Amino acid sequence: MTDPLALDPVLPARERSALPFNDDALDHDERYRHFEDHVTAGGKVEATDWMPDEYRIAVLRFVEMHANSELMGVLPEREWIMRAPTLRRKLALTAKVQDEVGHAQLLYRVAEDLGKPREAMIQDLLDGKTKFHNVFHYPTKSWADIGIIAWLVDAAAIVAQQALRDSSYAPYARTMKKICWEESVHIMHGRDVVVTMVTGTATQRASIQEALDRWWGPLMQMHGPRSDRAKDRDIHWKIKAKTSEELRQEFIGIYVPRIRELGLTIPDAALALDPATGVWAYDEPDWNELRTVVTNHGPKSQERLDFRRANWDATRWVRDAILGNPRAAVA
Amino acid sequence: MRHGGSVMAPDATLALHYAREMYSRRQESVHLWVVRRSDIHDLADLDLLQPPLDRSFKKPGGYVMRDKLAAAREQSGEAKPKANKGR
Repeated sequence: MTDPLALDPVLPARERSALPFNDDALDHDERYRHFEDHVTAGGKVEATDWMPDEYRIAVLRFVEMHANSELMGVLPEREWIMRAPTLRRKLALTAKVQDEVGHAQLLYRVAEDLGKPREAMIQDLLDGKTKFHNVFHYPTKSWADIGIIAWLVDAAAIVAQQALRDSSYAPYARTMKKICWEESVHIMHGRDVVVTMVTGTATQRASIQEALDRWWGPLMQMHGPRSDRAKDRDIHWKIKAKTSEELRQEFIGIYVPRIRELGLTIPDAALALDPATGVWAYDEPDWNELRTVVTNHGPKSQERLDFRRANWDATRWVRDAILGNPRAAVA
Repeated sequence: MRHGGSVMAPDATLALHYAREMYSRRQESVHLWVVRRSDIHDLADLDLLQPPLDRSFKKPGGYVMRDKLAAAREQSGEAKPKANKGR
């Protein structure tokens, strides 16, 4: 596994400023062309580089949605910290929640540099103007859900996140390397919960199967509807490299055999690998459900946003005290 | 002191004799205790005896699943999936 603390070398400032799009003497269109050439040839972009608004806003939206998802994603798991079956599981789950909030902080930090203040990002999330991933809008019904979420939801996320380690926006790519390393331990924890229950009592096994039956639909919707690679601007700018369908196929290819290894049944009669093409066929995911849920009409959307709203209000005095000007107050 | 086994006896004196017969016939023991089963109080909860203060639950080494996965495969009759390279 790559050393999580290793940072890629960053070009020193002098070499960075010599990149053609950083030349202030050029006009916008020229800079845009140089920038586009640089990025499409695999060049990386740093926070201090010149970048066209189109690129800046595309990265900002992408990272903001990711940060929002990390922040909201802890809420379903948090529900089971006080109901974990053993101390070890409780500590593991608490550590996972702590890691995820840390990821949110890392990602809001990356997004802030692109021109949107953190307070504005949080306020837009709470006002329902920006989104977070579908899977975090659903309820958890039992401890089995915690195993399924930590294993398969995190796995679906990591398939996307690993591809992002090579994003053209270098601060995001570096953050993704750290996040992927931490997520890999989360997935082991989730898989351990699932395997423990599957090899436990008949009630535990049934509980896992029932949780899988409920979570499979949202998992298949998670990477999003199929899109045209040629029309995808995030792919053009190399912010991301893989389409939603490529990510879904990768997720299915790695995890379906591992789910079946445990004797679990996947609730999708059409799920089958075509050995000639290597492509998995599956029941068409319910894209209406996805649309309804990510626009904050999911079963738990408002309840979880309300929790965040209440927390944001209750901690306002802390932000005011720290971010305000104490000298002015004293004077 | 290690648990050797059990004896059935009407009183403590005979229990000690039987214990010597069963658990020291070949001079395996240097010291024997017998205690009435109902007087034994046991604690086997790993949360209390081996609390994970080493933070192993935060590290990959804290999740060795080989035996559990083998047991699951035995139960399900399914094959071991191919290893996922590039992770």
